[in-house]
Amino acid sequence: MIDFSVFQNSLPALQVVVPLLLAPVAVLVTIPFLSWLIALFGSIFCLYSSVSLFLLVSEFGKINYYMGGWLPPYGIEYIIDDASAFMIVLISLMGVFATTYAYQSLKNEINKKSQSKVYGMWLLALGGLLGLVTTGDAFNLFVFLEISSLSSVTLVALGSKNDKRALTAAFNYLLIGAVGATFYVIGVGLLYSITGTLNIADLTLKLSELTNNNSMKAGISFIIIGLMVKAAIFPLHIWLPAAYTFAPSAVAVLLTATATKAALYVLSRILFTLLFNADEFTVIILQWILLPASIVAIVFGTIRAIFEKDIKKLLAFSSLSQIGYITIGLTLGTASGIMASFIHIANHSMMKAALFMGVGAISIKFNQSIKLDNLKGLYQIMPITSISLTIVILSLLGIPLTIGFVSKVYLLKAVFNHGNWPILFIIVVTSFLALGYAWKMIENIWMKQPDNMNLLVKEDPKIYFPLFVLAIFNILFGIFAYPIVNSAFKASNAIFWKVI
Amino acid sequence: MIHGILGIWNYWIVIILMMTGLFIVISRHNLVKKMVGLTIFQTSVFLFYISLGKVQGGTAPILTGYKNTLYSNPLPHVLILTAIVVGVATTALGLALILRIKNEYGTIEENEIASLNTEENSK
Repeated sequence: MIDFSVFQNSLPALQVVVPLLLAPVAVLVTIPFLSWLIALFGSIFCLYSSVSLFLLVSEFGKINYYMGGWLPPYGIEYIIDDASAFMIVLISLMGVFATTYAYQSLKNEINKKSQSKVYGMWLLALGGLLGLVTTGDAFNLFVFLEISSLSSVTLVALGSKNDKRALTAAFNYLLIGAVGATFYVIGVGLLYSITGTLNIADLTLKLSELTNNNSMKAGISFIIIGLMVKAAIFPLHIWLPAAYTFAPSAVAVLLTATATKAALYVLSRILFTLLFNADEFTVIILQWILLPASIVAIVFGTIRAIFEKDIKKLLAFSSLSQIGYITIGLTLGTASGIMASFIHIANHSMMKAALFMGVGAISIKFNQSIKLDNLKGLYQIMPITSISLTIVILSLLGIPLTIGFVSKVYLLKAVFNHGNWPILFIIVVTSFLALGYAWKMIENIWMKQPDNMNLLVKEDPKIYFPLFVLAIFNILFGIFAYPIVNSAFKASNAIFWKVI
Repeated sequence: MIHGILGIWNYWIVIILMMTGLFIVISRHNLVKKMVGLTIFQTSVFLFYISLGKVQGGTAPILTGYKNTLYSNPLPHVLILTAIVVGVATTALGLALILRIKNEYGTIEENEIASLNTEENSK
């Protein structure tokens, strides 16, 4: 009989190992449906383990798991605290949604011969991201960064069945991502050269004894630039719009909901553990690099989205501006700012995942890249998709009773407490500007007549079910915001106060 | 002064290689050359780590039976072993993508691909 407690104790490792082990199985099984079932099983297992870890952490506090029983700082340590528990629940939950949606969508959008292999990459990406947020070792983090980004590059390239531009998008993503990851490694090397340790908690401790050390400053700068590439923060975002536009819709759902969010989480971790010791330098990084970058990201992303005709590209640019809102919360350097960022990380991944699902559902009908015109009179053709999309678009705008409103309120509150009026002004103005692109979609869906009524086909429940559930979540957590707000509050405390 | 510069000559080589690689990645239009640049860039980081681990006069970290043997730090070497694997995977994936790009576009020059893409965009 298997001892259940051993299983329970190894959950931090299992939730990374299981998807990584299932990945080759999913490739070897050549029947797409079976591979999909394996992927679904993997993601549901991750959800199970992350939720049970989340409950354990909220009850008993931080969990430290030592890989192979080697104690830190020599061994690799996996840390599940309030912040990483928040992230693994988010990633695996969105993973389940994306996987549920993936089967029908990928069946239409990628080549026949890669239909079972894709789930291998899918699981690798998922496992890599879960490892990325739980590991407490700086070099291990690099390995997971590369596992997840190489597999997402492959997933993006699969969009080449419909549009060959997916290949160049994937190549650019690979090249920029690899340079970013190498920057991260250089930074880790510089920090290792002055501290002799790779464990992030130990690094923080040893770096706090040093002040005004140039190696430390250079190392941290390299790390932050590398992570900014992965998180697609302006001006290092150039890979993002093309990758999201030409990737298969299901892949765009997975990437937008998990990949950039995991990178943003790691960035916030690095900012508030490693960096926060060097006082003057911290101010330079936060106030003079990240803050202008996120303001430009918000303004530029919103304006580009307003003038965009292709819907997937529009959503990608809107993602860019939303990432700006997330990083603005981080730059405030207060616990309430981090809390606002975490709320928006969760909420934005729910909104954008739903939006990409909706767009994917429409693109199956039209079988091409969708322009705004294709949305004309959508309510007559696809009523359920239209209603769900409208809810999510309203949520993106931050209309009360939706999750978008919750995150806007907390972000504005954090900025207000910080007393930075220009930023407050910019956030409010750009929130109204977002109407520019959101309204175009709503107008086309509800107020125009469709060009071609022959497209009237029954909606596929396998496609709209995850979308509909996410739309419900958008309202549900908008009204009962407590679960997200409370866990984001705990997460921000775990990050800000460095409860080691 | 001269001694100070020459004493850390391996780090100078690291920086020269790093900048060369990054410059190739940015400036070349040929995608294969871009991959070459990326590989040089990554290799410079390997050299950087290995230089970090070297102890003057130290040998390989093998148990010899003698006590107080001076040996180099083995950890950076192990890390680089992992990084090399990641680098090979990146290069392989990049070259595979270039192959597909060549099949679809008929060229691997970035500017030609870009003009083909703009044609596609305006369609």
